[in-house]
Amino acid sequence: MDNGSKRPRILAVASGGGHWMQLMRLRDALRGGDMAFVATHFSDYRQSIPPGARFYLVTDANKKDWLRGILLICELVRIILRERPDVVISTGAAPGYFALRLGKLLGARTIWIDSIANVGRMSLSGRLVRRYADLWLTQWEHLARPDGPHYIGAVL
Amino acid sequence: MADPVGASGPPRRAPLHRGRALIFLTVGSQVPFDRLSRSVDAWAARHPQTEVFGQIGRTAWRPAAMRWAEVMEAGEYLDLLKQAKVIVAHAGMGTVISAAEHGKPLIVMPRRADLGEHRNDHQEFTAKWLMTRPGISVVHDENELHAALDKADTLVPPDGLNSESCQRMVAVLREFIFDGVRPFQ
Repeated sequence: MDNGSKRPRILAVASGGGHWMQLMRLRDALRGGDMAFVATHFSDYRQSIPPGARFYLVTDANKKDWLRGILLICELVRIILRERPDVVISTGAAPGYFALRLGKLLGARTIWIDSIANVGRMSLSGRLVRRYADLWLTQWEHLARPDGPHYIGAVL
Repeated sequence: MADPVGASGPPRRAPLHRGRALIFLTVGSQVPFDRLSRSVDAWAARHPQTEVFGQIGRTAWRPAAMRWAEVMEAGEYLDLLKQAKVIVAHAGMGTVISAAEHGKPLIVMPRRADLGEHRNDHQEFTAKWLMTRPGISVVHDENELHAALDKADTLVPPDGLNSESCQRMVAVLREFIFDGVRPFQ
């Protein structure tokens, strides 16, 4: 990474639990970038991120909880303005959806990887994020379509 | 670590006996799953010689026989996972990935939306796929769960993670992130 080119600033976002575990399975894809991670639920996820990367804990929210949703968006706005990411990547769910939309507003390239748990169909966040994802991915071959979601592999 | 238990909940019984066979129940960090937790506790009551620990979520119900915590930090969770002989869980991918990474046999009970255990039935779909993988037993009620736990000694660990598929994914993502190459047009 010392060929003079700027390291891309990467913001990687996932909810706590399975979403986070899947993001961690893909950590190597970010190696060499200037990384910041965003998660919900567990501050000690900080220990599993690469050295030098920044970490933010945000509020968890779902569609039933407007107040927490607004709080989450405010937190993400602050983070995005501070990080100014070139790339936003998420394995879901709600925090990733909002992060991709906010990142897109500031011109970032965006990657959505729907959770491998969604065998039957894409998650709600995954379907809603379609227009805002430059890479719109499912981890199931049978859910892939020619115009997306696309399949490039699975974490398991 | 003297106390592998999270900070939540009332006082608990003595610490776990290191080295003894441990059944580790986890229902994930988001929503409790009392139907599963009660079933495991009922089994624990009949098998006092086996260590059983449950992460049961934020719920009013309290186990009678097994040790428990509401929610654990990730480090504490990992500690118990490594110690466990068998994992019992909802069909959540975090647990499935953890079990595969650590080579632990897994018994899963999918949450059901019609019982208010989840917003949708995606865990049923996940479970149907999981059933095809070695090392993972899928159960749907207390009887099936108890039958699986009775046979815990014979359960085999799951396959390791399919690193080939994951590595391909990492390679394509790297090209996109660092070189701007789109895999699709």
